[in-house]
Amino acid sequence: MKQKNMISGKIAAYPHIVWTVLFIVLPLLFVAYFAFTTPDGAFTFENIFALGDHKVTFILSVSLSLIATLCCFIVGYPLAFLMARARPKNQKMLITLLMLPMWTNLLIRTYSMMALMDDAGIINGILTALDVGAVRMIGTKTAVVFGMAYDFFPYMVLPIYTAICKIDNSVLEAASDLGGNPIQVMTKVIFPLSSSGIVSGITMVFVPSISTFYISQKLGGGTFDLLGDAIERQFQNVSTYNVGAAMSLVMMVLVLLSLWFMNRFTDGTEGGTAG
Amino acid sequence: MKKLIELKNVSKAFEGETVLEKMNLDIYDQQFITLLGPSGCGKTTTLRLIGGFESPDEGGIFFDGQKINDVPSYKRHINTVFQKYALFPHLNVFENIAFSLRLQKLPNPEIAARVKEMLALVALNGFERKDVNHLSGGQQQRVAIARALISHPKVLLLDEPLGALDLKLRKDMQNELKKIQKQTGITFIYVTHDQEEALSMSDTVVVMADGKIQQIGTPIDIYNEPKNAFVADFIGESNIVDGIMEEDRKVTFSGHTFTCVDAGFAEKEAVDVVVRPEDVDVVSVEKGMLTGVVTSVTFKGVHYEIIVDIGGFKWMIQSTDFVGVDEKIGLYIEPDAIHIMKKSEYSGKFGDYSSFSDELDELSDAEAVEA
Repeated sequence: MKQKNMISGKIAAYPHIVWTVLFIVLPLLFVAYFAFTTPDGAFTFENIFALGDHKVTFILSVSLSLIATLCCFIVGYPLAFLMARARPKNQKMLITLLMLPMWTNLLIRTYSMMALMDDAGIINGILTALDVGAVRMIGTKTAVVFGMAYDFFPYMVLPIYTAICKIDNSVLEAASDLGGNPIQVMTKVIFPLSSSGIVSGITMVFVPSISTFYISQKLGGGTFDLLGDAIERQFQNVSTYNVGAAMSLVMMVLVLLSLWFMNRFTDGTEGGTAG
Repeated sequence: MKKLIELKNVSKAFEGETVLEKMNLDIYDQQFITLLGPSGCGKTTTLRLIGGFESPDEGGIFFDGQKINDVPSYKRHINTVFQKYALFPHLNVFENIAFSLRLQKLPNPEIAARVKEMLALVALNGFERKDVNHLSGGQQQRVAIARALISHPKVLLLDEPLGALDLKLRKDMQNELKKIQKQTGITFIYVTHDQEEALSMSDTVVVMADGKIQQIGTPIDIYNEPKNAFVADFIGESNIVDGIMEEDRKVTFSGHTFTCVDAGFAEKEAVDVVVRPEDVDVVSVEKGMLTGVVTSVTFKGVHYEIIVDIGGFKWMIQSTDFVGVDEKIGLYIEPDAIHIMKKSEYSGKFGDYSSFSDELDELSDAEAVEA
């Protein structure tokens, strides 16, 4: 009986395996293949060496994404905490408010940010009307960081919110009972017990931030390149496909390394269910 | 003995529903006091008020003479053992127990020494580095007790701490808790719905129902001299019948006038009469003060549990002698086995075994555990 269940379980997994191989594993192999070959198909390391020219882009991408992630975390953690501690009715409303922007396409959200931040945009219109004088926003790195942080903010809040919700209230009462003041309860219990949510949140903001090309093009005004833009440009020209593939591969390795690092960082600190 | 905690006219309601009504309770230093009652009687709320997790709507809570209504739990010298232990899942056994000392920023060697001492007290030597999530229920319980005791609180609150353990373990832990309490001299305030646990562990038992204290007394007083039908029924098994006090030391019930030891009631006063099942002797019909027909017999190991129909009222009798179903038997009751109580709001609600079955009893127990 058990044997049979295992077999049918395996059969049920086939579509998933086929899907994974066709659309994830194979494309990745293609990327790796292109990264290590010339346009003629000969093996080479040249594409990887060529990345040295894009050093600035790499560094800028990583720094802007890190800043955006940090901003999301600083604003997101307190919000997630307040949401998790709110009355159930208010919790639902807060989640809806948080998710509402996500129902709008990323493109449209970015365009509306352009309309807001443009030199002759809404914000500057108001500032001019108030005699404060226009501020240059669009085309700055700050605008790009803001765009990243705004677009990916819910991905930071939701996993942290879920993690805090899962903390048993009696554990917090126990911490207070044993002499922990509210700040100590926060730092010694709530923070460590929500670390899994923090890691997911950071990952889910950092990864799309580092690979975005849209936000930087629209809000950066084309004055500087981020990784996503650089990769996109390589793929617009058949002769530079291989360099583009190499860039993607290196970016992927970077992301995987940081994920691996984050996971090691939280190993064992995540609370299991009490047995 | 010194009065340590005092509840004066304490009331508490949740969303308009009264949970505690003008409660008055004194708790003395080094006492083992148990709040006993069915689920929803307000016992856990009382505990949470003392612990500082709730604040009273009315009345005052005093600790060592100081009003502590608005003192937050982390400033009270009172620690709690929670119902589901509430251990910190991200810390090992050592760090769980050391938690309060770490907050006090004590030096490491002192913390290590005191944790070791606590582990010895709860018989968990060598468990320092274990993951609390992989401990058994009994072991988690011990960690929770050690964690609460390490900072030498004046009072330990225990909220049904043994509810999740199996019977054998529960008995062991009862003895151990009692031992720990004697050893440390800390005041224990214990909440349970298990009357046996309450009777065997406590110095003082507080029986609660419907947000009110029904009776406070030693376990023996509570068992032998229940104040009303609720207490008589809740503590042990009881046959509770309507009676008329003829005069001092003479009471009529079930159509027979008995000699008893109670006095001080008005003449012809209507009263509740309690007779414990183990205090009734089965005799022949001729010798019996009362006669009845056996309707069911259950073997319980130590004794038989016999349900007898006496004039339409079902009595429970515990006897080591076997009788057959449908047999007519006589019953003999000693004067000191009869306990007389004043009529109360609980009169007539308890003490008749006509709808009695073990299954129902277990069902209501299960409900109490869940709540």
